[in-house]
Amino acid sequence: MSAPTDEMTSTPQRSTWSARVVATVTGADARLTALAFVAAFLFGAVLLAVSDADAIAALEAGEGPAAFLGAALSAVGRGYTALLVGAFGSGGAVSETLVAATVLILTGLAVTIPLRAGLFNIGGEGQVVAGGLAGGYVGFAVEGLPLLVHLPLALAAAMAGGALVGWIPGVLKARTGAHEVISTIMLNNTLTFVAIWLLTTSLFQIPGRSDPISRSILDTARLPRPFGGLRVDVGIVLAVIIAGVVLWLLDRSTVGFELGAVGSNPSAATAAGMDVAGATVRGMTFAGIAGGLAGGALILGVQGRITPGFSSGLGFDGITVALLGRGTVGGTVAAGLLLGALKAGGRAMQARSGTSLDLVVVVQALIIVFVAAPGLVRALFRVRSEGASGTQISQGWGA
Amino acid sequence: MRLELRGITKRYPGVVANDAVDLTVEPGEVHGLLGENGAGKSTLMNVLYGLTQPDEGSILVDGVERQFADPGDAIAAGIGMVHQHFMLVPVFTVAENITLGMEPTDRFGRYDRRAANATVTELAERFGLPVDPDALVGDLPVGLQQRVEILKALARDARLLILDEPTAVLTPQEADGLFESIRGFQAAGRSVIFISHKLREHHEIADRITVLRRGRTIGTVDASTSEPQQLADMMVGRPVILTVDRAPARPGDVVLELDGVSVEAPDGRLLVDRVDLDVHAGEIVAIAGVEGNGQTPLVEALTGLRPVTAGTVTLAGRDVTGADRRTLLRGGVGHIPEDRNEHGLVGGFTIRDNLVLNLWDDERFAHGRTRRRDVIDEHATRMMDEFDVRAPSTTTTADALSGGNQQKVIVAREFARPIELLVAAQPTRGIDVGSIEYIHGRLVAKRDAGVGVLLVSSELDEVTALADRIAVMFRGHLVGPFPAPLAKEVIGLMMAGVDPAEAMAGEAA
Repeated sequence: MSAPTDEMTSTPQRSTWSARVVATVTGADARLTALAFVAAFLFGAVLLAVSDADAIAALEAGEGPAAFLGAALSAVGRGYTALLVGAFGSGGAVSETLVAATVLILTGLAVTIPLRAGLFNIGGEGQVVAGGLAGGYVGFAVEGLPLLVHLPLALAAAMAGGALVGWIPGVLKARTGAHEVISTIMLNNTLTFVAIWLLTTSLFQIPGRSDPISRSILDTARLPRPFGGLRVDVGIVLAVIIAGVVLWLLDRSTVGFELGAVGSNPSAATAAGMDVAGATVRGMTFAGIAGGLAGGALILGVQGRITPGFSSGLGFDGITVALLGRGTVGGTVAAGLLLGALKAGGRAMQARSGTSLDLVVVVQALIIVFVAAPGLVRALFRVRSEGASGTQISQGWGA
Repeated sequence: MRLELRGITKRYPGVVANDAVDLTVEPGEVHGLLGENGAGKSTLMNVLYGLTQPDEGSILVDGVERQFADPGDAIAAGIGMVHQHFMLVPVFTVAENITLGMEPTDRFGRYDRRAANATVTELAERFGLPVDPDALVGDLPVGLQQRVEILKALARDARLLILDEPTAVLTPQEADGLFESIRGFQAAGRSVIFISHKLREHHEIADRITVLRRGRTIGTVDASTSEPQQLADMMVGRPVILTVDRAPARPGDVVLELDGVSVEAPDGRLLVDRVDLDVHAGEIVAIAGVEGNGQTPLVEALTGLRPVTAGTVTLAGRDVTGADRRTLLRGGVGHIPEDRNEHGLVGGFTIRDNLVLNLWDDERFAHGRTRRRDVIDEHATRMMDEFDVRAPSTTTTADALSGGNQQKVIVAREFARPIELLVAAQPTRGIDVGSIEYIHGRLVAKRDAGVGVLLVSSELDEVTALADRIAVMFRGHLVGPFPAPLAKEVIGLMMAGVDPAEAMAGEAA
C-alpha cells in the first residue's frame, strides 16, 4: 500500500534475484549507505571493546560497569586512532592507502560497470588473476623494450586477459541464459587453479626453483614510483584515468545508455531496437578489462612477480566497493579510497595496537550486510523510508 | 446495507488522496463511483475495505460507526470486494477458492470436498451465477473467474459488494451477463459500489453516480437524469469533447500488407492463423477483439518483437518479413505498445531519455558515441510542450508520471520521428478521459498527415470513434475488415465468434 494514488504506476517486477540486488544497490539512499558505514564501525567498536584484555579483566574482577566501560572505551579509542593514523598519519600511510585503493577502485569498477546492465559480476577474482597472469607474463618474458613500449604492452595484455575472462560469462549469459553469478564464481575457481598450475610450469617459474613463484617483472614493465621510497606508484593515476573513462562510458555515451536501459528494463530496451545480448556481452567484457587492469597494476606495481593467491579476496573487495559506491562511478572511486584507507589503516593498527586485522575484515563484511539490508539500517537509526516526504534522520539510538 | 462514509480524508506524503469525501449507499442501491485515474477511487475503497486507515472521517454501517483495521473486519461487517486483479489461486478448484479460509472439514480435520461443493452449488443457484465447483480456476475464462470472485464475497455473506473496474476484462456480452447478476443482488436487497471510468456503463447499471476528482467529491447525481457530457465534464473539471471530430479518410497507397501471416508460440501453438490485411496511407484500420485472441502476437510479429512463422509482411512495397525490430523502427514503423510499462518506457529513466529511447544513437542525439545531452534536453522540453506532458521537469522519471502522461511521452516519441505506419495497441488503456481525448485527436491528425494507422483495441467506443475500417480478431483468425460505421452490437457479436454475415443479419432483423 505504498502507492498513494492509483495513478502512480509501478515498474514491473524483475524476476531475477541479481536484478533485485542491483535495484537495492543503485536505489539506495546515500544517507543509508553512509549510515551503513557508521553502523558497521559501531559494531566494530563493540567487538574491539569485548575483545580487549583490560576490559575483560575488569569484567572478570568484578570491578563494576564503570571500570569495564572505561577500559572498553579506551580500547576502542586506541584501536580506531591507530587505524586512522595508519591510513592518513604520514606520507607512508597515505602511500599505503593509495596502493590499496588502486586495486580496489579498479575491481570496484569491474562490478559497477555490469551492474548498470543488471549483471552482478562475482568474477572480479578470476579477472584479476587473468590480468595478473597475462600482464605479468609480458612483463617478464618480453625483453629488450623501452619502458614506454613495454609497460603499455604489459598493461594491454592485462586488460586483454581480463577481458577474455569477463567475455566468457557474458557470452554464456547472452547465448544460453547461464546465470552470470554462477559462471563467474566457477571461473574464479578455474582461474585460481590455472594460475597455480601455470606458476609451476617453465613458462612462469623461476628456473631452478621448485616453489610456484614467477620470474620478476622487468624494470621496463614496472609501474614507476614517483615518490622514491614510498610504495605508491602511477597505478593510482591509471585507476583514476580509467574511472574517468568509465564515467564517460556509463553516464555520457550511447553505449552506457544502452547498458542502463537493458539493466533497468530489458523488454523496453528490446522494444527500442537495442541489442540486449550484445549489451550483456559488452558489460561483462568491460568489467573484465577493469578487473584485468587491477591484476596488472598489482603485479606490475607493488608485487613485482606473480605468487599463488596474489588475488585472494580482491574480487570480493570490489563488490564491497561497488555496493558502497551505490553503483555510481564517483561513489566507486570514493569507496575505493575509503576501503583502501581501512585496509592500510588496519595493517598499521595490527602492528601498533595489536588489534587483529580480522577486525577490518569483519567491519568490511558488516558494511556489506548493512548496505544489502537497508531496512536494517533504517530500523537502527529510525530513518523513515524514502517514500515518506522529508525523510528525516532522528537523534539516533532510541531517541 | 446502508453504508455511509463521512468526511473521509486520507493523506499520503505530498498528496491528499481523499479530501473529506462523503458517500452514501442505500440498501439495494447500485452506486456508481466515477473518476479519472488518481481521483481517489481506489484509496476510498481501500479505506472502506480496511486495507488502509483514514486520517479523518468515519464509516457507518446501518447507522453504526465501525472501524476496519483490516479486510477481515470489513468482511465481518458484510462488505465484499472484487478486485480488478483477481485474488484467486489458479491451481485450486472453484469450490476450494470460494471456501478458502473457511473450508468445511470432516471429523479428521480434512478438507470436506462434498460439503464445499454443496455450499457453492447452493450459492450459485441462489444468485443465478452457475459455476462448476470442480473446475480448476486457472482453466476458466476471465468472465467466469470474476464470477468466482463474486461468489467468494457472497459466500462470506457480503451485503455490500465493491466491484473495482469489473468490466475492464470482459467482452460486451460478458459485461451484459455481469449487469444481469448485479440486478439480481439488487433485487435481493444487497448494495453494490460499481467503479468504472466508462460513462456508458454507469448509465446502464447505476442508480446514482458519485463523481470524484482530485480526491474530492464533486457531486452525486441520479443516473437517469444525468447526461454523459455532464459527467465527463464533472470528472475532468472542464468541458470535454467526447466524440472524435474527423473528416472522411483519404486513403493513399498501401503502406502495410499482411499476406497469410501466421505466428506460433514457442511451444508450437498457433496464435495467429493466416491473417491477410492491408493498411493504406491516410486511414485508420482497427482490429477489435477480446484480449487474448491473437492481437498481441500479431502486433509483436509485425513490429519485429516476435518471429513471423509463415506469410509475408510488406512495408511500403519492401518485404520486411523477419526484419529485426531496429530495422523496422528506423524504416518507418511507429509503435505504441500495449503495455507501456513493459515495452514502452524504462521506468527509472528520465522523461528526456525515454523520449529518445529508440533514437538513442541517432546522429541527431549523439556525436559519435557521446550523447548530446543539451540537444536531448531541448528536444524533451519541446516535446513535453507540444504533447502536453505534465511533469515538473524533463528529468522527472517516467515511473513518477500518471498513466496518461506516460502514454503521452510514448506518443510524442513515436510521432516525433518520420513514420509511414503507426501500430497503436490499446493506446488509451487505463488512462484518464482528458488524455484519451488528446491521444485520439493526435491519432486522427497523424492519419490526416498521410500515415497509415493500425489500431488494436478492445474498447468498442474507441474502435467506432476512430476507425475507417474495422476488423475483428477471434481465436487467431481475422474477420474483415469491413468499412465503418459498424454497429457496436455487430462488432460485439463478432468478438464473441459469431459469423459476420450472421452478426449483421441478426442486427438487421
